[in-house]
Amino acid sequence: MSKPISLTIDGKQVTVPEGMNIVDAAKLAGVYIPVFCHHPKLDPVGMCRMCLVEIGRPMRDRATGQFVMENGAPKIQFMPKLETACTNKVEDGMVVVTQSEKTAEAQKATVEFLLTSHPLDCPICDKGGECPLQNLTMTHGPRESRFRLEEKMRFAKPAPLGELIWLDRERCIFCARCVRFQDEIAGDAVLEFDDRARPMNIISVSDPGFDSIFSGNTTDICPVGALTTSDFRFGARPWELDAAPSICAQCPVGCNTVLNTRREAKSDGEIVVKRVMPRQNEEVNEIWLCDKGRFAYHYAEGKGRLTKPMIRKEKKLARSSWDAATKLAAEKFSKDKKDFVVLASGRLSNEDLFNLKTLADHAGGKAYLYSRMAGGELTSLVGVSAGTDFGTMGAGTAIVVVASDLYQEAPIWYLRVKQAAERGATLIVVNPRETKLDRYASFKVRYGYGDEVKAIHDLAKTGKESDALLKSGNVVILYGSEGLGVAGSQSVATACAKLLNDNGFTGKPNNGLIGVWERANDQGAWEMGFTVEEDLAKALKGKAVYIVGADPVHDDPKLAKALESAAFVAVQDVMETATTEIADVVLPAQAFTEREGTLTSGERRAQRFYPAVPVTGESKPDFAITAQIARNMGVILEGTSASVVFDLLADTVKSFEGLDYAKLAEAREQLPVVGRSDLYYGGTTYENKHGLGAHLSGAATRGEKVSIPKAEKEAVPHPKDKELLAVPINKLYHRGTTVMTAELLHQRIGEASVSLHPSAAGRLGVRAGQTVTVSFNGVSGQAVVKLDESIAEDIALVPRSMGIAIREPVAVKVKA
Amino acid sequence: MLSKKYPKEVKQILSKYPPEGKRSAMMPLLFLAQREEGYISKAAMQDIAGLLNVTETEVAGVVGFYTLYHEEKEGKYRIQVCADLPCALRGAEGFVKNLCDNLGVKVGETTEDGLLTIEAVMCLAACDKAPMFQTQGPEGIKYHENMTVEKTMELVEELRKSAA
Amino acid sequence: MTHILLRHREIPEINQLSVYQKNGGLAAFKNAVTTMKTTEVIDVVKNSGLRGRGGAGFPTGMKWSFADNKNWPHYVVANADESEPGTFKDREIMEGNPLQFLEGVMIGSYAVGANAAYIYLRGEFWEIAESLDAKIAELEEAGYLGDKLFGTEYSLRLYTHLGAGAYICGEESALLESLEGKRGQPRVRPPFPPSVGLYDKPTIINNVETFTNVPMIMTNGADWYKTMGTTDAPGVKIFSLSGRVRKPGNYELPLGTTFRDLIYTHGGGVQDSRKVRAIMPAGASSSLILVDDDKILDTPMDYLEVRKLKSELGSASVIIVDDSVSMDWLINKTVHFFKHESCGKCTPCREGTYWMARLTERIHDGRAVKADVDLLLNVAKQMQGKCLCALGEFSTMAVVSSLERFREDFDNAVKA
Repeated sequence: MSKPISLTIDGKQVTVPEGMNIVDAAKLAGVYIPVFCHHPKLDPVGMCRMCLVEIGRPMRDRATGQFVMENGAPKIQFMPKLETACTNKVEDGMVVVTQSEKTAEAQKATVEFLLTSHPLDCPICDKGGECPLQNLTMTHGPRESRFRLEEKMRFAKPAPLGELIWLDRERCIFCARCVRFQDEIAGDAVLEFDDRARPMNIISVSDPGFDSIFSGNTTDICPVGALTTSDFRFGARPWELDAAPSICAQCPVGCNTVLNTRREAKSDGEIVVKRVMPRQNEEVNEIWLCDKGRFAYHYAEGKGRLTKPMIRKEKKLARSSWDAATKLAAEKFSKDKKDFVVLASGRLSNEDLFNLKTLADHAGGKAYLYSRMAGGELTSLVGVSAGTDFGTMGAGTAIVVVASDLYQEAPIWYLRVKQAAERGATLIVVNPRETKLDRYASFKVRYGYGDEVKAIHDLAKTGKESDALLKSGNVVILYGSEGLGVAGSQSVATACAKLLNDNGFTGKPNNGLIGVWERANDQGAWEMGFTVEEDLAKALKGKAVYIVGADPVHDDPKLAKALESAAFVAVQDVMETATTEIADVVLPAQAFTEREGTLTSGERRAQRFYPAVPVTGESKPDFAITAQIARNMGVILEGTSASVVFDLLADTVKSFEGLDYAKLAEAREQLPVVGRSDLYYGGTTYENKHGLGAHLSGAATRGEKVSIPKAEKEAVPHPKDKELLAVPINKLYHRGTTVMTAELLHQRIGEASVSLHPSAAGRLGVRAGQTVTVSFNGVSGQAVVKLDESIAEDIALVPRSMGIAIREPVAVKVKA
Repeated sequence: MLSKKYPKEVKQILSKYPPEGKRSAMMPLLFLAQREEGYISKAAMQDIAGLLNVTETEVAGVVGFYTLYHEEKEGKYRIQVCADLPCALRGAEGFVKNLCDNLGVKVGETTEDGLLTIEAVMCLAACDKAPMFQTQGPEGIKYHENMTVEKTMELVEELRKSAA
Repeated sequence: MTHILLRHREIPEINQLSVYQKNGGLAAFKNAVTTMKTTEVIDVVKNSGLRGRGGAGFPTGMKWSFADNKNWPHYVVANADESEPGTFKDREIMEGNPLQFLEGVMIGSYAVGANAAYIYLRGEFWEIAESLDAKIAELEEAGYLGDKLFGTEYSLRLYTHLGAGAYICGEESALLESLEGKRGQPRVRPPFPPSVGLYDKPTIINNVETFTNVPMIMTNGADWYKTMGTTDAPGVKIFSLSGRVRKPGNYELPLGTTFRDLIYTHGGGVQDSRKVRAIMPAGASSSLILVDDDKILDTPMDYLEVRKLKSELGSASVIIVDDSVSMDWLINKTVHFFKHESCGKCTPCREGTYWMARLTERIHDGRAVKADVDLLLNVAKQMQGKCLCALGEFSTMAVVSSLERFREDFDNAVKA
């Protein structure tokens, strides 16, 4: 608990924690001090001078050190000059005056100085309407310009900092928020000032330009229209936009978002999503989003949307009706109970998955999660629960990251873990190769692909890291799928869960196992009881398959082949895919932008998303379609109200007990207070009035006894001569449907690649940049060679979802 | 690669600073990189970024801040004449103009043979020896004080001869 | 008088180690390290009343005592950035009497417990840095620098470090940023360098001239030093005299010497026998002293007396302006200097110096109107009290003072 400090701001007595600066303290007291360079999440720099205030401190006698008294209270001595409120910390007895003739003159002067070379771009500037400079000019600035137009500093504009973010150098007011965000928070120092004095401008010299997956955040905190996204440029005026709260459905972090929508002529009178903005949830994503979440939302509105149910007649898909399509599906699924297979992905909501599982159970069929990563039943047992918040982790907590390139797999968790480490948490990175997170690690543990289980066991036995780990008060382990298939990830999850369970690191806040899943709601699927099947092809052959939210035909030629010999295939999805092309029945589902529902994040937090745009065509929510099919199979499921489905879910699945839509919609005041009328303070992130979600309970938190078996070592193939061991790694920008539909990300997605050690490349006779064929087990694909000195000589790194269907470590041949 | 071309110098530079202050080597390394080409190339910036574990952008920001680092190739020698107040009070402005006329270039331009670029700079701490200038070239920076246009042209001749 | 700083004027070879030693050099350092406590050394410097010679005039001994003893290691930095127009004293010290300067740095390092000291030179002092490196190597050879000196536990190494052309790096916190390999922009203060300095460690930064005084003080005593100069500012000061005088150069004189003495007795009077119209005692950062009364030349040059003339002595870079100079031309020069050198970090300086430069250009080129002159004064005043560091503040001094005291030049420059 930090010491409380009492001071007076504009006559108001306030008490705040020690160490707070005057701008933040004033905000708590309801006094808004105007700022440009200050941001509550960045270190203060005192650059813009907008927050100049009068500060008086209790006078002390130089000789005795005692307070000089006047009228029974310490005499307050005001400095002759104004001081910046942002760089001054609160002191007991301090008196701050933020509104006086002196401060008004200073504020007017600062705005006037900024406007001398700031172009009058408001009519064409994206920021207009949500622009701190506009607002503060109206409240504090001069009425007329005293500067000559022809003497203004000119820059060629706009200048791309990369293809995603555009810079307008004339608009920049040099608050350095973007530079500092990249340096302090993102850890990618790819923005800097060039030159000095008036000709200063922002540059980025990375390749690709502005090489950071967090780049979009700089456009939120930029106080002017200097930084804009190419996604939203000239898109709409902020006052034309509606805001619908949502959850990002790209990864298991579950960032809270707002979808801004507008009805526009450009889109034939449709209401469309214009941009994705962060919504404040200090326990999940704070006020940030990664660029994938910010830019890869276009799949929901794309031209490839399915709009009508279809049935295959004479080898062609023909439009049908809901009645006919669902009846046919029900008929085929009921035919032979043990042949009924549900294959669903974590892109679906809790409600959708619940109905699917319930149907599968009642109908005697199987329910498989479409994923190559296992271990989720363990995260249900010993996962994290209520009270867990990366933002509260620091000294005394150990965070272990196993087999995961967190920067690529769950960017906002990367940010949160990095910040926890910077606050003193012990970060132990256990990975076969170097990743960005290494920079912040207290301990780095390397292992060879295949030796994961031993590495985890050793973590609790030998070495300095073991000491640090076992001495911690709290331990959280995040495990991913780097170099692991189904069996491998199962082993890793088991080993991690056992480590936690055996040492008492479960059942309390900030303790437990987190899966860095492939998709947003994989955790929800595990909670419902879905399982991952190692040999999925075998499990699909000859079956009546109900595929929901998955595209196995595109992803894996083996699965495509298996489905060719399936008895019946019904595909329920949002878009046309390779799988819908071979389906017997196609059922059009609503995108998450068109309906409501909930997702369970990897931290086992259930969060609600709300509809933003009208429904496309005749599509229905996934859970409703399942209910309709179920009814035709004699199984009664709720198909109208998502909220009711959730209530039923909460009654059935223990970990959801006690939750309902109302509880998930409970909002609380969060600090720092952002998103209000003082946009200049926190940026354009949205305030969260729609709910912070709630944690699921776990076996450990419910006090149930949990025992974890010993983990089996995963068998990893041994490459023969002239072969390499190819291991799957994850990449943020890949060729999955949800990302590829965002055209502006294509440059970052790039080509399929295979990374080799330079000597391996030499032996195979291939060079960097050369296109080669990678083949294994009847699968082959083209890839561009990249050289990587940090990996072992017999390893080839193959990113998933880039066109080569790698599921687990496998021996490959690489040929020019 | 600086460390391959000048291993001794790079080692010596890095040894001046404690490990936590490695980044301090940035400025001497930039001078080293600028030695041959008279400017700091993109490759040099990449090289230094790798040596010091910083990003290329951070190096570029430092290069852009300081007047003595150049991002573009100009003449082999830059004649940087002080035209600041104390020198100007002692005839520096006339000196610059005369010098430019004699060399046939304007301030900021390079002579046709690519040997010299004339630049006007701020105070060089030689106010009692005006008119004066410094030359910035492959051997570093050298002062030339109490100069006249004749003396300067003699120097130019010497530089031309040794460049040939 | 015998020089105590510019001793090469009497002893030309004093830059050689053997000659310096023969003239008493390095004994003070050895004596301090082998027989004195660090606090004792600081006390001597405190008692001498020595003030910083870089322009701020802060009591040196007091600054040394501020080094935070709870945070180690400590560093010493010598500020050899000398970039204020009209200043060229540190150059002459480092060229003529380098060993006394280095010994001052060494004594200061011992006093604050630093084992490493950096001499930050402006990038243009390339040749000086090379010669200092040679001197440092000689001192190491002779056992005055290195590990465990004179059989004690005290180790000390000196390093030179070149800047690359930025006046702002003479500001101590910007200097530290530059020394750390970053863009030279001033830091937020507090905290100050003696608490958080180089690599976030306690650092004592002093000007070259300040350090050069220290060996003489240690050798001859604090009381001796106080026999020179004034009560408020003991000792001698090197005045860099430039501008429209016959004999520009450095003059080491006691603080309290008058302007008249400096200009006429030492400086040979004004060129072409003209009259002194204005004095800029602190280089381009000066508030111009209007010499409309001959008696002004009898003002003693010390910090308090010059303040009475509504100016500041600062770095004692005395630029003499005669009646052949028009102030609109002069101000255009000083403003362009600050516009070029502004680091750009804070709004008033970055935008204000640019704005003032546009105005002074227009005024000097004859394209301005009277309202522009009023605007120039207004803009300069609008910058005051708001800047992050002294550069912005000082950029306005010459502008405001010349507009207030030499208004006629500007009125003449503008169209009716």
